Amino acid sequence: MSTTLLFEQLLNGLQYGVTLFLMAAGLTLVFGVMGLINLAHGSLYMIGAFACAAVAAATGSFWLGLVASIVAAGFAGVLIEMLVIRRLYDRDHLDQVLATFALILILSEGCRMVFGSFPLYLDAPGFLAGPVTLFGGFQYSAYRLAIILVGGLVALGLYLLITKTRLGIRIRAGEADREMIAALGVNIGTLYTIVFAIGAALAGFAGAMMGAIQSVQVGMGEPVLILAFVVIVIGGIGSIKGALIGSILVGVVDTLGRVTLPGFFNLFMDTAAANSVGAALSSMSIYVLMAIILIFKPEGLVSNNA
Amino acid sequence: MKTLKTIMASAVAMSLALGGSAMAEGAKIGMITTLSGGGAGLGVDVRDGFMLAIEQAGRDDVEVVIEDDARKPDLAVQIADKMIQSEKVDILTGIIWSNLAMAVIPSAVAQGKIYVSPNAGPSALAGKGCNANYFNVAWQNDNLHEAMGAYANVAEYTNTFILAPNYPAGQDALNGFKREYRGQLAGEVFTKLGATDYAAEIAQIRDSGADSVFFFLPGGMGIAFMKQYAASGVDLPVMGPAFSFDQGILGAVGEAALGVRNSSQWSKDIDNETNKAFVASFQEKYDRLPSLYASQGFDAANLILSALDKADVKDTEAFRAALKEADFKSTRGDFKFGNNNHPIQDIYVREVVKEGDVLTNKILGLALKDHQDAYAEDCPLQ
Repeated sequence: MSTTLLFEQLLNGLQYGVTLFLMAAGLTLVFGVMGLINLAHGSLYMIGAFACAAVAAATGSFWLGLVASIVAAGFAGVLIEMLVIRRLYDRDHLDQVLATFALILILSEGCRMVFGSFPLYLDAPGFLAGPVTLFGGFQYSAYRLAIILVGGLVALGLYLLITKTRLGIRIRAGEADREMIAALGVNIGTLYTIVFAIGAALAGFAGAMMGAIQSVQVGMGEPVLILAFVVIVIGGIGSIKGALIGSILVGVVDTLGRVTLPGFFNLFMDTAAANSVGAALSSMSIYVLMAIILIFKPEGLVSNNA
Repeated sequence: MKTLKTIMASAVAMSLALGGSAMAEGAKIGMITTLSGGGAGLGVDVRDGFMLAIEQAGRDDVEVVIEDDARKPDLAVQIADKMIQSEKVDILTGIIWSNLAMAVIPSAVAQGKIYVSPNAGPSALAGKGCNANYFNVAWQNDNLHEAMGAYANVAEYTNTFILAPNYPAGQDALNGFKREYRGQLAGEVFTKLGATDYAAEIAQIRDSGADSVFFFLPGGMGIAFMKQYAASGVDLPVMGPAFSFDQGILGAVGEAALGVRNSSQWSKDIDNETNKAFVASFQEKYDRLPSLYASQGFDAANLILSALDKADVKDTEAFRAALKEADFKSTRGDFKFGNNNHPIQDIYVREVVKEGDVLTNKILGLALKDHQDAYAEDCPLQ
């Protein structure tokens, strides 16, 4: 494999990881602060993508669509938290899983009723649509590069939010001991709604950004949701930093696994067999990674008890 | 309500039978197809095409039970069991995906049910594993890819990069392409079924020194691939079977698909009366252009109806003989079954063009004439 190919694949892995991070950050916040397993997080990703596609189609502006995706997913998050999730905090995880799974079905079918079964059109804005030439004539999709940058900025923003602001202090306090901060006079109900809305908005934003290079269709969120769960388990549940490390690890391992494994098996197998064995093993690679990490670090890479 | 309908339907059927008419009794058809989740567009098209034909036939003695498999093999098996055991359907149809087809069809036909496939045609059911009760009205999985392989020779491509998802139809696809294609392969990659990110594969294409790309990625996978390919700056010519460029997908891919060559057994501009009437009535009823999936659903229903006119569905032997005659007007024009109950038909090369504001396909020419699949000779059926 040439070095430019390797470099390009590393960029691909990084970009994939950054997108996963946008999903995983919300998921891990909600789990860490509220102790809630939210399977409907993937549906918020879908809502973001559909809102972006609908608004972009109506106004012709991808940027308005992007804003709409954040607003729509955030608003849906507030609504879901107030109507459904709020009743689940004291229940055990099985009840939460059941209720949020029901939300997936309701939101998916609702989306189908409004937008139909066929994928929607959404494309990257003109100046990001083509490739850019990096050093030495090496070409890379401008849009993917933009995703890496934006994802990095969001990660930085989240870090500042959690460590430097009053809201961040409350969120951290809520993670550590929710009864105590309620006793100290913080309105825990509002705090939960805000945290859930932030997570939802991030998922919606991720959905809109990915919608422009993938297909905007019903059920698009669930495959990403599964990976996001892998990420937060690897990173340590409740930790934003863990989510960032975990998502980039998963992104890079998955991408490089897809590229290198078939070639590796080709060394001692015929091409057809090597391709199918390699493809099968590479789709397992991140789960193998998760298993190995959990053997040595059962709480994930960044334990949140500190 | 449903029972009432069934009673009424049987009453009508009986009165017809008593009236000395040669018309056979009605039938109950179970349709298992994908109506939710990622591949829903395909199932919706098959269902709409199928129901259009049933409606146009105006036969209320034919009852269709439709259930959604959500592209999950285990769910499809459950539904099939329920349809066979408690709903007592006579004929099963509808499955889109080959992995679901492999989970359902062998056991359904072993229980004596007739299965008419409007889409999936895995190779395992076309050769040694063929069955007298299993009919495929669409194609054997390899067929459209074989046509594209033949086209690649005509277009003088000599170093093609090929790509498909890792599931039975994906393997059939690449085998089909390689069967006809005579050039070198720049690379061969299997991706995960349902994958939406193709950055790693596109980087491999860029690095491989290929002169063209052949891909089979149905549904949302194809949309994601085409958009990412267009953004990557790789500008090699792309070709694929119609599944990667059907009417349901083109709108979402946008201009990136313009000019792409693809192979299909059906196109909306095939010139025959049945097809013209089908395209017009489909558009009128559903307010969108039909895809090849819709044409396959329509043909599947008309095939079943033609056999019902000739034989009683309860008389399995006579009914499948009637099916095998394929005495119906196909939207494709000429259509007949080979010994293994798979079609022998023409396959065309189409180009993606813009008609007004709508992206659609136009026939360029014939790729393979009266084409039969490569597995037929392994099938013991006559």
